[in-house]
Amino acid sequence: MNQLPGGIPNILAPRGIAAQHLAILAWVTIIISIVVLVLVLIALLVPVMRTQHGEPDAGVAYDAREHTFILIVGAAIPALILLSVYLFSMKDIGLWEYGSHATADVQVIGHQWWWEVRYPQLGIETANEIYIPTGTRVKIELLSSDVIHSFWVPQLHGKLDMIPGRVNRFWLEADSSGQYRGECAEFCGTQHAHMDFTVVAVSHAQFAHWAAAQAKPASPPADAIAAEGRSAFQFNGCAYCHTVNGNGAGGRAGPDLTHFASRLTIGAGMLPNTRAYLGGWIVSAQHLKPGVRMPDVTLSGEELQAVLTYLEGLR
Amino acid sequence: MTMPESALVRADMSALDRRDVSWWGMGLFIATEAALFIYLLASYFYVGNSAATWPPLVPSLQITGFNTVLLVLSSVTAIIAERSVKHDRMGAFRAWLVITIVLGATFLTFQMYEYSTLEFHAQSDAYGSFFYLITGLHGAHVALGLFMLLYVAIRAFAGHFDRVRHSAVRNAILYWHFVDVVWLVVFTTLYLLPRMR
Amino acid sequence: MGATALAKRLDAIWETPHTLIGSLTTVDHKAIGKRYLVTAFIFLCLGGIEAALMRAQLTRPNEHLLSAEAYNQLFTMHGTTMMFLYAAPILSGFSNYFVPLLIGSRDMAFPRLNAFSYWIFLFAGIFLYSSFLVGAAPNGGWFNYVPLTARPFDPGINIDFYCIALIFLSVSTTVGAVNFIVTILRMRAPGMTLGRMPMYLWSTLSTSVVILFSLPALTAACLMLELDRRTGTHFFDPSGGGSSLLWQHLFWSFGHPWVYVVVLPAFGIVSMALPVFVRRRLAGFDYVAMSTVAIAIIGFGVWAHHMFATGLPTVGMGFFSAASMIIVLPSGVSVTAWLLTVWTGRPVYTTSYLFMLGFIVIFVIGGLSGVITGIVPVDWQVHDTYFVVAHLHYVLIGANLFPVVGGIYYWFPKMTGRLMSERIGKWSFWLMFIGFNVGFFPMHIAGLLGMPRRVYTYYEGMGLDTVNLIETIGAYVFAIGVLVFIINVIRSARRGPLAGSDPWHGATLEWSTPSPPPAYNFEVIPIITGRDPLWDQTLEEIHGGADDPSRTLTNGRETLATTVTDARPDAILHMPEDSIWPMLLALSLAILCYSALLNVTIVSILAAIVAALSVGGWFWPEHRELAP
Repeated sequence: MNQLPGGIPNILAPRGIAAQHLAILAWVTIIISIVVLVLVLIALLVPVMRTQHGEPDAGVAYDAREHTFILIVGAAIPALILLSVYLFSMKDIGLWEYGSHATADVQVIGHQWWWEVRYPQLGIETANEIYIPTGTRVKIELLSSDVIHSFWVPQLHGKLDMIPGRVNRFWLEADSSGQYRGECAEFCGTQHAHMDFTVVAVSHAQFAHWAAAQAKPASPPADAIAAEGRSAFQFNGCAYCHTVNGNGAGGRAGPDLTHFASRLTIGAGMLPNTRAYLGGWIVSAQHLKPGVRMPDVTLSGEELQAVLTYLEGLR
Repeated sequence: MTMPESALVRADMSALDRRDVSWWGMGLFIATEAALFIYLLASYFYVGNSAATWPPLVPSLQITGFNTVLLVLSSVTAIIAERSVKHDRMGAFRAWLVITIVLGATFLTFQMYEYSTLEFHAQSDAYGSFFYLITGLHGAHVALGLFMLLYVAIRAFAGHFDRVRHSAVRNAILYWHFVDVVWLVVFTTLYLLPRMR
Repeated sequence: MGATALAKRLDAIWETPHTLIGSLTTVDHKAIGKRYLVTAFIFLCLGGIEAALMRAQLTRPNEHLLSAEAYNQLFTMHGTTMMFLYAAPILSGFSNYFVPLLIGSRDMAFPRLNAFSYWIFLFAGIFLYSSFLVGAAPNGGWFNYVPLTARPFDPGINIDFYCIALIFLSVSTTVGAVNFIVTILRMRAPGMTLGRMPMYLWSTLSTSVVILFSLPALTAACLMLELDRRTGTHFFDPSGGGSSLLWQHLFWSFGHPWVYVVVLPAFGIVSMALPVFVRRRLAGFDYVAMSTVAIAIIGFGVWAHHMFATGLPTVGMGFFSAASMIIVLPSGVSVTAWLLTVWTGRPVYTTSYLFMLGFIVIFVIGGLSGVITGIVPVDWQVHDTYFVVAHLHYVLIGANLFPVVGGIYYWFPKMTGRLMSERIGKWSFWLMFIGFNVGFFPMHIAGLLGMPRRVYTYYEGMGLDTVNLIETIGAYVFAIGVLVFIINVIRSARRGPLAGSDPWHGATLEWSTPSPPPAYNFEVIPIITGRDPLWDQTLEEIHGGADDPSRTLTNGRETLATTVTDARPDAILHMPEDSIWPMLLALSLAILCYSALLNVTIVSILAAIVAALSVGGWFWPEHRELAP
């Protein structure tokens, strides 16, 4: 069974105001399409039922009345329907914009194959997880550090690309608290299939609580094993890529691990964040997610357990 | 039957052999080539549109202005060559053809020289990339045009053409005019437009 | 001259010897057309095998049959193959074979260019596929977005194969388009005015014009990307002032018109065959012709609807969405015309006719899902999901493969002289039709459930397990249908009953000549007085005139040029003899591509010299042309 956070990212089961608008439009177009398809099928099947098998008869001449029929049924009526749908859709065409002047609440930076998440005003850095307060329009800047990615939380909003050299502005709003699955929707290389994230919508109070905890530096190792884990983390190269704020690790290539233990998943939405999966991830990330930038780390059994204890303490 | 048989009576059309058909072929080839340059120039403007300063520099007119005159002149000499063959003045035709080729080759030589004087290159920035791509690709088309003219010249000296039979000459010269027109557009875009602001 | 004596004389002039040299040098449009059809169909099968592997991988969640990298190469090659090496070339095959027959000509305007075009297509396909041999097939998707395909993110030679192959192939497509336009405009039989052209010619003409003005965008883009990758220029590199979105604009400026390139001639096939099987003329002929031209033109104004999720200005999105709505209207006109033709006709349920009906159903579904994706806000949701995968397969398989297979059932008797088996044919149709819908309709649902396209696997428990299993089953049934069709082709080519010149009581000129047609197509250049010559005129009216030398043209390889609009006789064309130069030129260019790929300058120079000499040899006049 699926242990990953967030439900099925069903476009037609919206949980936010924007996705609701889009779902209504989608239903309208789907229903019109079904009606048209049924009419076409009838037009094709009735002649089959009639079975007017006949002798060769090339006598039917080109007929001007047929032209009128074709023009009305093939062009005029479709034009009216399309115009209505088009105008109806135009009310939503600016739906992702929040203007270039407002400051963003969140910056999301796409990497091959994970999501860097920053809250510039709150001094928070995290990865693959975006906490938002419910009922609030959270303004988001979308950037990329390498190739083009596309930011998509189907139950909350449509998708918008993250393009190197550009800043795209976007917003998310969730009606009720819950976890919503986000995905990369633009092919971005080997592990495009495993580049997911979670939007966690919580009440304002819970959000404030979370933000306060996240803004703090990492808690120091709680016991001797954790302290041993911290030095193993430093000496085995982990710190070249990962930051643990306050514990001396400052690498920038991989996700910030300052409050790693508070997160739901590892490997960008790939695995639940449990001790067993984490151990497997550290020693054989290349097996679990071939091509990922994280190398397989060679650790002794003791070292591994110590590192796991240390990371589990980074709440 | 609406078509009277008499319309089909075989005239001695060997003189007009495939004239229009090959002309249409060349014309369509030129059309698709023109589209290529339109896409390149559109790309140049698209990238320029989002750049802070575009173009970041304006190349000097000295060599290129002279070169432009050369190329326009070569179109004029090509017209004279075509006129000559139409009036069966084969000596003049060959001479003007050779002059056209010399002018075209000189254009290419001066363009190479201009490249050596420029202080930016294709790897400097996007502007440099576009400058060299557009002028370079045009240069390649000049070279192709020269190849055609040279081929026509060889055939001219082999005595293949006369007053009525010279569709290869006309097609090569048509292409040469195209190369000339493309240059005027490129020249205007890269050299003149930035000076007009 | 008596009829048999005339045939003998023309045979002696036009026939290519059946030797190895003959097959390398032939410029016969029918030989070239058949080669195009067979080669493109082989590429269809290769692309199909790639698809079958992908479907196997996606049968279950978290499957490990294919690695991520292998999957990415496969879907890239699948798309590239189907778009460039199957869908367009197969239609070139039909056009090569049938355009001269439909217009009553003895060959294409530029027969050597025609041979050249085929050889390039073949070599470009081999070039692209040789990437598998070194394990470095293109892996950036068929639309190859930069910067994923820029050197820093894809340092192998995968993408270099892609760029060079497509630049190379564009030569073939371009010269082919020039050839079709000139042939259709200048070589129609006397009396076949523009208004009397069969629909297939309208679609081939429109398509060829679209190619001339859209393909350079792809060529320019590939050239710039290759320069970025090889020489360090900055066209698409934002850090050097370039733009990665420029690639998308250029690619789709080409890519969307290309969709119409691969469907319009297929529409033309339907407009040709459908009336024959329902025993009446195509309803609304003029409007269908106008729609064809309108689709070709409007197709240039919709490219950015592939980019609604890139953050375009809203005004721009509104414009491109509106254009995408407008282009539905000419398609609606064509579909209505076909439906009206079917409604008022007296159908004969041949396999070919079934494929035409299947086409209408599938294409309508694809068109409707196209409208859905053309609505900007809806597209933000369904863009880059399996919904789009479903849509594009409904359009491309519906509006290309079904008419193509139907067209083969229709024209096979003409090309081989034998009828295909109707019994096996019905099996092939139902397997393909049911398999296709079972395989591809659930993809709409997968997309709505949030399954992005181009993922090599998916998570368990996301609601995707069942739909994907059904998709795989359907896809394999579809593949079996294609296999049955291939068996039918091979079997019928050997043992099918003889067809005679006109098994369907067809309306157009190709049915007035024997099956298979002789090398010179028509003993006597036909004269046309209506849109459906075989229904309007007697054979004597069309072909009578065997004693008129201006109609039999027996003075070497000759055919008639006529004026553009009225098709009045204008000139007698001397057609070129068979020649090895087109093949040599194509071969030297292929070697040039390999040496460019591998950076072997000396070979490049040698190949360029051989290419230049081949051009020289090609255009050097034949002896008799120099005679006074």
